[in-house]
Amino acid sequence: MSPKTLYDKIWDAHVAHEADDGTCLLYIDRHLVHEVTSPQAFEGLRLEGRTVRAPDKTIAVPDHNVPTTEDRVHGIVNEESRIQVEALDKNAKDFGIHYYPVNDVRQGIVHIVGPEQGWTLPGMTVVCGDSHTATHGAFGALAHGIGTSEVEHVLATQTLIQKKSKNMKVEITGKLRPGVTAKDITLSVIGKTGTAGGTGYVIEYCGEAIRDLSMEGRMTVCNMAIEGGARAGLIAPDQTTFDYVKGRPHAPKGAQWEAALAWWKTLYSDADAHWDMEITIPGEDIAPVVTWGTSPEDVLPITGKVPSPEDFRGGKVEAARRALDYMGLTPGMALTDIEIDTVFIGSCTNGRIEDLRAAAEILKGKKIKEGMRAMVVPGSGLVRAQAEEEGLAEIFREAGFEWRMAGCSMCLAMNPDQLSEGERCASTSNRNFEGRQGYKGRTHLVSPGMAAAAAITGRLTDVREMM
Amino acid sequence: MEKFDKLTGIAAPMPLVNIDTDMIIPKVFLKSIQRTGFGKNLFDEMRYNRDGTEIADFVLNKPQYRDAKILVTGDNFGCGSSREHAPWALLDFGIRCVISTSFADIFYNNCFKNGILPIVLPQEDVDKLMDDASRGSNAVVTIDLENQTIQGPDGGEITFEVDAFKKHCLLNGLDDIGLTLDKAASIDAFEARAAQERPWV
Ligand code: SF4
Repeated sequence: MSPKTLYDKIWDAHVAHEADDGTCLLYIDRHLVHEVTSPQAFEGLRLEGRTVRAPDKTIAVPDHNVPTTEDRVHGIVNEESRIQVEALDKNAKDFGIHYYPVNDVRQGIVHIVGPEQGWTLPGMTVVCGDSHTATHGAFGALAHGIGTSEVEHVLATQTLIQKKSKNMKVEITGKLRPGVTAKDITLSVIGKTGTAGGTGYVIEYCGEAIRDLSMEGRMTVCNMAIEGGARAGLIAPDQTTFDYVKGRPHAPKGAQWEAALAWWKTLYSDADAHWDMEITIPGEDIAPVVTWGTSPEDVLPITGKVPSPEDFRGGKVEAARRALDYMGLTPGMALTDIEIDTVFIGSCTNGRIEDLRAAAEILKGKKIKEGMRAMVVPGSGLVRAQAEEEGLAEIFREAGFEWRMAGCSMCLAMNPDQLSEGERCASTSNRNFEGRQGYKGRTHLVSPGMAAAAAITGRLTDVREMM
Repeated sequence: MEKFDKLTGIAAPMPLVNIDTDMIIPKVFLKSIQRTGFGKNLFDEMRYNRDGTEIADFVLNKPQYRDAKILVTGDNFGCGSSREHAPWALLDFGIRCVISTSFADIFYNNCFKNGILPIVLPQEDVDKLMDDASRGSNAVVTIDLENQTIQGPDGGEITFEVDAFKKHCLLNGLDDIGLTLDKAASIDAFEARAAQERPWV
């Protein structure tokens, strides 16, 4: 047999039909659904008199639009949000799919709930009407975002029409330096490839620095594969993966576990597999980074200076000029001189327990700068509960953070958690686009530790100074 | 889905790179549970002031581009969120074709599901069309999907590539769920096999 990449192996195991031109029907093992990109899909099914083909493999949870204040138990005030969440309640019931309603402790961001509940397993195909579905690639699952028409297609047929992508290998060699995290890895990769660099590829992340990451860290890395333009990001499953999965509510048990494990252990790229592109970054070269502009590729080490448009070429010159103007920054100023109004810790990128631990570690016994608005939005109700048990919630509260209920919150600011015009935020989320966190709001993407450090000093700060 | 065979219309230039789906349709408009009505909010934050008045120098507010059917854009158009509201908004406004050197993957696929043709061209062809498009209402371009050609205002012709299956669906306005359901036997067979091989799924 010819050598295969991990992607090739998962792909081959899921082709239900292949046409002469290479267009495939890819079978989908898990379909995750949330309230914003699904109503029109369910409506489409109803109009055509169709059903959900595999309700057992379909899991829904409201997250994008839900308020994250504790009073949400009394109902959602915003009418449009309420209608969307109620539509999901109804669709889940009518079509008989698994559902975690707003007030269930297991509710949270769809990409945190899936792994937490053991729905996401190695070697699976996972889709969701959300671009950060790439997160699940951390388990060695082929996971990617789809549009609403495709959501409808998967609901009706449990397949997706796909053509195979190319294979890209991103190797992070050696060890990370202290203070450098999975977030810095993933941002640094995007800084190197650009936001379109991964277009047409599935990326496999490998190398010692990736192996050394926990599952939480691996999810952070894969989460942002989409920001590099890739269809999906993957990490080969290993003992760290199996240990995380074992015992989760929907993970296989007993003999099934053994059978699954035997197959999972075959899921790696063969030594002589073909790569269409390869990138290697030494782990020691990665520094804690921040974004200065309005694209995730606008990445620099925290020790750097704001660039000038002349540092770029082609279409990027104008884009940089526009970004600097939008961000209200002057070329040449030190990144650590940028003053911050707000800190947001959360999202499917950095809303897991390890992220909260990292931030709490920096905040322990300290106070946030006066006038600073700071909030922690745990990625799920269970992360929140665990953080309370470990005493992290207390640290955040004492430092001056708001301690919220689970949801997407200020990552995309569809709920009331938004930046106001000109407000500047250090955020652990994944997108710094214009208006992403609120109209004319300004976002700097950082790791949880860096976010905590910025909350204390009131400006972008090198977390290593606080360790 | 509306068929796409031939399209003649005004092309509007948007040379900015990395135009993301938050720019195309800001999330405040995603709360609808319909597929229509997004056109008025297409490019909302670039198109309107906060008080709702138009920003005069935004391209689609200029008199000569108000009826544009084609956009010529910078690299990596449609990056970011998977929201299909982006192509819905373009379609609702009347845009049926977007031309760029590259598109984000999910956006690219979403276009085809909605009768919009995204065309990828080399930089020099995009530059040429960008130049044509900057001629305002004189920038009438004809896209012929069957023959895979673009005719510019001065008669020059550019050819483009498109996936054969996607082209077929677009030309005939086909619903791919219907097409896939015709292959139900293959899906049944796959499920039966997978249930043996990977019963834990
Ligand atoms: S946390 Fe942000 S990126 Fe993640 S699913 Fe929610 S909105 Fe999308």
